[in-house]
Amino acid sequence: MNFFDKLMKLDRRWVFLFLVVVCVATYMTEFEVPILVEPETQVIFDFVDELEPGEIVLIAIDYDPNNLAELHPMTYAMAEHCWRKKLRIIFTSLSQNGPGMADQAIRDISDSLMQDTEYNGVMYEGREIVSGVDYCFLGYKPYYALVILAMGQDFRLPFPADYYGTPLDSLPMMQGVINYDQVACVVDLSGGNITDAWISYGQGRFGFPLLLGLTGVMTAQYYPFLGSGQVVGIMGGLLGAAQYEKMAGNPGLAMDGMRVQLYAHMVIILFIIMGNVGFFVSRRKQKQAERR
Amino acid sequence: MDFTTFCWTTFAAFVTLATFSFLYKDNPFYKFAEHLVVGVSAGYFVIILWHQGLVTNLFQRLADGDAYFLWLNSDRWWYVIPALLGVMMWTRFSKQYSWVSRWPMGLYIGIATGIAIPLEMSNRVNKQLYAMMVQVDWSNFFGHGGFNLLDVNSGLSQLIVFTGAVSALVYFFFSKAHTGIFGGVAKFGIWILMIGFGASFGFTVMARISLFIQRVQFIDQSWIHNAMDTTNENYFWGFQAVFWIMILLIVGYIVKELMQFFGSKGRAESAGQ
Repeated sequence: MNFFDKLMKLDRRWVFLFLVVVCVATYMTEFEVPILVEPETQVIFDFVDELEPGEIVLIAIDYDPNNLAELHPMTYAMAEHCWRKKLRIIFTSLSQNGPGMADQAIRDISDSLMQDTEYNGVMYEGREIVSGVDYCFLGYKPYYALVILAMGQDFRLPFPADYYGTPLDSLPMMQGVINYDQVACVVDLSGGNITDAWISYGQGRFGFPLLLGLTGVMTAQYYPFLGSGQVVGIMGGLLGAAQYEKMAGNPGLAMDGMRVQLYAHMVIILFIIMGNVGFFVSRRKQKQAERR
Repeated sequence: MDFTTFCWTTFAAFVTLATFSFLYKDNPFYKFAEHLVVGVSAGYFVIILWHQGLVTNLFQRLADGDAYFLWLNSDRWWYVIPALLGVMMWTRFSKQYSWVSRWPMGLYIGIATGIAIPLEMSNRVNKQLYAMMVQVDWSNFFGHGGFNLLDVNSGLSQLIVFTGAVSALVYFFFSKAHTGIFGGVAKFGIWILMIGFGASFGFTVMARISLFIQRVQFIDQSWIHNAMDTTNENYFWGFQAVFWIMILLIVGYIVKELMQFFGSKGRAESAGQ
């Protein structure tokens, strides 16, 4: 049995082990990788950055804990960016296992804004982020398509009270805020089919600017909506999150993870090449043997 | 971090490692983690549905009514109708009355279809067709402001989108043999499809690695760091005790598996001799 035959019969667990070793070793090594910002992420940042203080952004945290790795960094980077610019945020969580996780993330981000922090060379004074004033967390309701349509009529129809049980009418932030007409844009951070509903039933029906943050698995299939203008921009996976963190001058877990991504991808490409070489060499040998 | 939170963090680390252990082989730790996730998710969903759905959208809206009057004396008495429809769904558990559940199901499907068809047609078919059939921007063929192949509005991108979409559709047209020019277009279509699948595969690899990276970050920053963080005001020996018990469990399992592996290998060799 020569090298290529052994390669074709290699136990896949060796590949997993090698990948784990490379990922952990890269994670433990301190270095930076350059992150190039793509236009589809740049437009999202520019859109949010150009909003005036006091304007309202709706951030839909439409993912479960299993998509947390890719989408949490986006939530953190975007919410921090919005609050730093003194924008107000309406949060929803239309994914069934998401509300508790979203609530925890909102509290974490609020806490981090209590301290003075420098972003892109500009010092921002820490301030208290107050529920009902700076943000309103609407929580979860089942049947996301109907919820999206109902919010276009009045936020109070699907959400008479916020996640904490406070009636929307008693929240200072929600005074005069009826539906999407009072919202500057909707940011959907999603790990599933809810994005389709935001495109068809939300943007398509009510015409608000829709910004998407998607898991890597989903990203490629939503590019046609970018070309058609139905979507303003797309942040794709951990790379999209890292690009946003870079533009916001707020390096976090996504930028930290990109150096591991680089080497993990190199290993996978190496294995793909080795697998293909092994396959074609074995096939050629098999054909030669058949001719004899 | 207090000790209780640290114990839960240790449990999260254990469940993480138990899940990854499936990459080696199926085992009781993985089974435990798998069943735990399914059970917790289902339980959590039911509670969320109750508190966020039924309580706020039904019970609180009918709160001014009276149970003796079946809440029909409430100011918003019409909320009794969807409640009744919901109750009718439960008749599925009875063989004799399961037909009753078809009424709410029929109503739901009818409304959902009525809402979905025009919006889906408009937003997922028509708008995509309009976007595909735009006039090629020859003045910015290689991208606005010079040479930019990432510009989705460049003439080249528009041309690729149009020819790609048409040729991919041709590939799926099986009423005519894929020969000659038609076959060539179909072949171009399959190449376009493969490029699309390749892009999806690349993103998927990134997504899967991201999941692993996040768990490594969690184990390092939330578990190991807190186990060793003596500057923590709540820190005491219990943190390290829990940590090392966990490490012993992991090492013990690895040693057991290695002994089993080499034992079976030795037996196979001796059987071969």
